[in-house]
Amino acid sequence: MTELLAMGGHGVYVWSAYAVSFAALVGLGIWPLVSLRATMRRLRQRGGDR
Amino acid sequence: MGWIKTTFHKSGSPRWFFAGSRPWVIGLYVFGALLIVAGSTWGLGFVPPERLQGNSVRILFIHAPAAHLAEAIYVAIAIAGFVFLVWRMKMADMLIQAAAPIGLVVTILALATGIIWGIPTWGTGWVWDARTVSTLLLAFLFFGLVALRQAIGRPDRASRAVALLALVGVVNIPIIKYSVEWFTTLHQPPSIEIGKKPAIAAVFLWPLAVNVVGFYCFVAGVVIAALRARIVDREAGAQWLRDWALKS
Repeated sequence: MTELLAMGGHGVYVWSAYAVSFAALVGLGIWPLVSLRATMRRLRQRGGDR
Repeated sequence: MGWIKTTFHKSGSPRWFFAGSRPWVIGLYVFGALLIVAGSTWGLGFVPPERLQGNSVRILFIHAPAAHLAEAIYVAIAIAGFVFLVWRMKMADMLIQAAAPIGLVVTILALATGIIWGIPTWGTGWVWDARTVSTLLLAFLFFGLVALRQAIGRPDRASRAVALLALVGVVNIPIIKYSVEWFTTLHQPPSIEIGKKPAIAAVFLWPLAVNVVGFYCFVAGVVIAALRARIVDREAGAQWLRDWALKS
């Protein structure tokens, strides 16, 4: 396990590169869903007023 | 061949696209995520260290897919720019608007993982050579597409200017692609080229291939989801959308 984390001294580079990538991909995945939902909510409120 | 024409005409309709695209988003998200998890686990735990680069070679499995995807997103945007300028297709304009910030994030990811990889292998995170500078320029182009639209007040003029910039900027793509062949550079030449034998061993090729397909599928899902968000935003006044919002 320690060996997998350390990667012969390259662990810090490898793991940080993967961490940055997963954070970016998760962020990309969530962002349009949140934005769609927010606009829908606005539309529904406006529609309900009528 | 008729169905191609029909699909092209139908895809010009925001309503048609919005109604049918939700399963695609879910499917591409799930399929892409599964492949990325599988490819990354494979690349991190089940591949031997490379002879010269040691364990840092594992960064290849995310850096190369991100870099390749960034170029593909730009090409898609440039094609959409052409379609918008020629046929004035509203959906093409919305696609540019949806995909540009995504392309910016993916390009920054390619640059960031490249910098992280460069430190142990090149001895420096950044060199001012053709590959790095042309990729940096790609990031600026994506940023320019976002910023230009904000800067022009009238939406119809903004759309045309952005489409034109998207089309002109495509000259940068072959420069990125051939930058490691035309110029002296620290960057390694491509690992895989169409029609050529792969320049890397099969053990490294497989997790790379899985992650490339995974990145493409997942981010295709993100682009479709972002396009749906743009449609809702821009068609907010349309009756069909109001009905849909109240129904769901």
